[in-house]
Parts: sequence; structure tokens; C-alpha cells
Amino acid sequence: MKPIIDLINVDKSFGDVKALKGVSAQIMEGEFFSLLGPSGCGKTTLLRTIAGFEDLTGGVVLIDGKDMEGVLPNNRPANMVFQSYAIFPHLNVGENVAFGLRRKQLSLSEKSEKVKEALDMVGLEGYENRAAHTLSGGQRQRVALARALILRPRVLLLDEPLSALDKKLREQMQTELRRLQRQVGITFILVTHDQEEALIMSDRIAVMFDGQIAQLDSPFDLYTRPKNREVANFIGIMNFLPGSASQAKKGFLDVTVPGLGEITISEDQAPAGVNGTQVGIRPEMLTILLDAEQTSDRETPGKVLEIDYYGDMSYYSVAVEGVTDPLSVSMRNTAGRKALNKDDKIRIGWSSESLILLD
Amino acid sequence: MKSGKLLTSFVWLYLIFLYLPVILLPLFAFNTGKIIAFPLKGFGFQWFYELAKIEALHTAVFTSLKIAIITSILATTLGMFASRAATRFSFPGKGPIMGLIMVPLVLPEIIVAVSLIVVLIKVLGLGLSIWTIILGHVLICVPFSIAILNGAFRSLDKSLEEASIDLGETKWSTFRLITLPLVMPGIISSLLISFVISLDEFIIAFFLTGSEPTLSVYIWGMLRFPARIPAVMALGTIMLVVSLLLLTASEYFRRRGLKRTGVQDTGGFV
Repeated sequence: MKPIIDLINVDKSFGDVKALKGVSAQIMEGEFFSLLGPSGCGKTTLLRTIAGFEDLTGGVVLIDGKDMEGVLPNNRPANMVFQSYAIFPHLNVGENVAFGLRRKQLSLSEKSEKVKEALDMVGLEGYENRAAHTLSGGQRQRVALARALILRPRVLLLDEPLSALDKKLREQMQTELRRLQRQVGITFILVTHDQEEALIMSDRIAVMFDGQIAQLDSPFDLYTRPKNREVANFIGIMNFLPGSASQAKKGFLDVTVPGLGEITISEDQAPAGVNGTQVGIRPEMLTILLDAEQTSDRETPGKVLEIDYYGDMSYYSVAVEGVTDPLSVSMRNTAGRKALNKDDKIRIGWSSESLILLD
Repeated sequence: MKSGKLLTSFVWLYLIFLYLPVILLPLFAFNTGKIIAFPLKGFGFQWFYELAKIEALHTAVFTSLKIAIITSILATTLGMFASRAATRFSFPGKGPIMGLIMVPLVLPEIIVAVSLIVVLIKVLGLGLSIWTIILGHVLICVPFSIAILNGAFRSLDKSLEEASIDLGETKWSTFRLITLPLVMPGIISSLLISFVISLDEFIIAFFLTGSEPTLSVYIWGMLRFPARIPAVMALGTIMLVVSLLLLTASEYFRRRGLKRTGVQDTGGFV
């Protein structure tokens, strides 16, 4: 795979506000890439610099190896799906989708053939003559996709395309976008603040905070091996406990965690190395051992403080002696599982492999 | 008596006071009597026929139409530049500049008229013509045009223009293909309002008129001859109907424009 977009030390300031601070990344051909972060982290600005709507304050953006400095959005091999979809209200669906073909030397029948193809691709067969204002939110989204994809761009930029849809439709569109991306093989760059969305859809995710990329990894690595506390906190839920590390035998570290005891972890679990000062563990990596026969690698006694019921699962807040903050433990509500109550004395089971050491 | 009833009757009295003179206009226009007094004599169109016979009046109508059409086009063009700049860009001194442009909205017209006459004759040494009236009318119409077009431009989603550029169009073709059609109702509304304001305006026209009087100035002249007054009433009736029709059309276009871009109505002039 070769890179299609090369971001080299990209800076962008709006007056005194630095929106992007030396962002560097490579986006590969044909991958589904996400920019994930809280609002104001610069992810949309980064997308708009790739599209060409923002001039750079510093750095270089290469698309297909070509410097994009001074190249206007209409001459870049990238098309954008806007957050508001930007469906032209005075044109019908067919005219909207065909808009990008205006400057192509095509006959009318070629154009309508392409429009039909693009609409089929997004599941809107026969919508050519529908007026823009009669469309639902999901349909507007599809028209925006068809309009951007009809030009067969090298890169499709999506600015929070699903944030205006309700939950059911959003989940449906997530799968569909993923399918569409595999079908057309075009590089998709998605901006989102929804970590779940990014995890489901992306090949790789760049997590951004404060105008910088905090971590760029596959969804799996991002979730299981976050590089710092900020990333770990933004993606999913994580319990943090203070811990101190020292080098054990080659490739392993000894970590002392008050309340949990001495733990040996592999270096792979410690992005921070021996300088790590805290350990993190995901709620689903902790198990509540319900009866005496159930055992685990490591066991720690605790007491249930609170129960949050989510239907398919429950989150338990468990107090453990020697640990300041209660631990969050999640359990699937499977058939026949004994219900727990507040103040129940329980044992938490866990394994040293689920721990990570962080700064 | 409850205060609610008191307020209701106040509103009715107020409306009667406001519109009674306007209602009297057509009343005497269709009255066959020669003097403006009750009781009415009979119903007829004779004053309208008489209007058709006065040639100087026709010239005045054409002068006024010429002024109103040129004024509305100039004011709307300038208004478009100003409101586009005000809604899309931020530049130093934007607040004070926009404020200054809007000042004629509240400035007494006589002040505008007198200052223009001083500048045109004393400072620039120019003579009076229909162009001096147009200048004065553009000055008072631009704020109305901006107020209408600001709404049209503000309700236009910026990403529509960006999407067009992203899909291969240039800035200019985007303006022609996307921006213009979407603000067109606002432009028509601004043209109509400016046209009506210019057509009905008297003070500036009175001060700045050269050898060709406008309709309003001509009517003022007619009032000196009591025999002509019923014909003035007929003329006034026609102007009232035309103005109402144009204002209604303007409001229709303004609302249609908002609906087209899908924004909540936040007022307007009517």
C-alpha cells in the first residue's frame, strides 16, 4: 500500500488560536481513515485543509505525491460530504448528483447513466426527479454521498456525516458506508467525535486533542494499547490506579499497585516503559466471580457500591480495599446469571495480561 | 370595564385614526361631486378619465418610473455587495461602516435633501436633474435593500457554496449557479421595496428635482388648484393600489426565499 495523503508538519492558526500544531500523518490508498476527537480538537480543520478550504499556516499537504499549496478545492482529487449535507435546495436529486459533471465533456445520456449508477450505489434508485426538500435526513445523506462519489475522487472526505441522524439510522448508515467504501475502493477520511463510530468503521484512527494527533493506530490497538491516559479515557471506559514499575527479567516489568499487589506485565503492555505511574484496566476485563467454584488468574475482594443497568449489560461500581476510587466492572446479563445487590461482598477476577501501564 | 376591553377599543380607535384618511381617498375618487365634502353625489369614473387627459401628468409618471426603476436596480446592487460582505467576511471597522450605511433609515429626509443640495450645487457645482433625485433615492433605499438581503444571505448555508466549489466550479460560477438563484427572492423583494419607496418619495424629489418633476412633486403642484383635487384623489387611489400590490409581492418573495433555504422567519418589513 502506498500513501495517498501525506501531511507534513501541518500548522493552522485562526488569528491567535492555533487550531493545528504540527500535524504529521500518512493516509494510505484505499483505507478507511478516521479523525477522532472532542469538539475543538482541530479534526474538522484538518479535513478542510485537505479539501483546500483552509490555507495552511505552515507545513505541507501532499495528495498523490503532489504539493497542494495554492491548489483550489475544485482542482483537488478529493470531494467532500458536508455535515449539513449541503444539498442544493433549488435543484432536484438528479441535478444535485450531476452537479460535478457540469464541466466534464459528456453527452446527456452518459450523464444520466452516471447519475443512475451513482444513485443505485447509495440505494436511491429512481429518485432523480425528487425535489430536494422532500428528502429525509438519511436520504439527503445518500444524495450527498452520490454527488461526491460520481466524480470518482481519489479521496472522499466526510465531515461528521452521521451526527444529524437518529441512533438506529446512524448504525445502519455506519455499516452501509463501510460496505460502500469497500465496494468503490476509494480512500475515505471520516471526521467524528463518536468513538464507537470510529472503532466500527475505520481501518485506522487518528485520535486528536488540542490540534495534535495523540495516537494513530488500528481500532484494536487503540482500544487495547492506548498510549496515554487522555486517549484511554476518550475511547471507552478505563479504570486508572496508581502504580510504580521496575524492570524485571528481559521484556517484562514488575508493577506494584496498591490494592491489587505485585503484577508482572510484558513490555508490550507498557507504552510508557518503566516511567509509567499508573495502570489502566477496562471494565470488561474485570469479572465478578459469583460462586466459590468460579476462579480466576488473580482475585481481589470487593463490595458492590452501585449498579447501572443497561439492558444487555450492567456496570457495577465496586469498592476495593487499598484502592481510592471504586472500580468499574461490566458484566453481560446472560441467562440464569445470579442478580447482584448493593452492598454484596464479591470477588473480582482479572488477569495481569489485561493491564496496561501508562504515564 | 376590564382593562382588556379598554385596550381593545384603544387599538380599534388607533387603527381607524390611522386608516381613515386612506379610506377617504378612494371614496372621493369615485365621487362625481366637484368638491371634497359630504354628502357624496354619486358613483362614477369621471376623475379617472380626467387624469388620462392631463399630459404633464403622464410625463411626470414616466419620470417617476424611470427614477424608480434605476433607483431600485442601483440600490439593490449596492445592497447586495454590502450584505454579502457583512454576512460572509469580517473586516476591520465592519460595525461602524455598516452602521453608517444604515443611518439614512432614521435620518430625516429633509436633512438628506438639504445636504445633498448643498453638496451638489455649492460644492460640486452640478445642476439638478433626474440623476440627482436618483442619487438621493439610492441613499435612502440602500438601507432597506441591505436589511432584506442580509436576511437572504445569512440564511444561505456557507457549505452550499463550498460544496459547489468542491465539485469543480469556480467562485464566479458558484455565485451564478448557487448563490444567485437562492437569494433571488430577496433580490426581487429588495427591487420592489426600493421601487415603491422611490415612487412615493416626495421631500428629496421636491428639493432635488430639475426641470422634470416626479409624480409626487406634480401632485403637490396640483393641490394648489381646487378643481384638480378630485383628480388627485383618483391618482392617489391608483398609487395606493399599486404600492399595496408591490409590497405584497415583495413580502411574498421574501417569505418564499426563506422557505426555499429552509430558515425560520425572523421578521421583515410587512
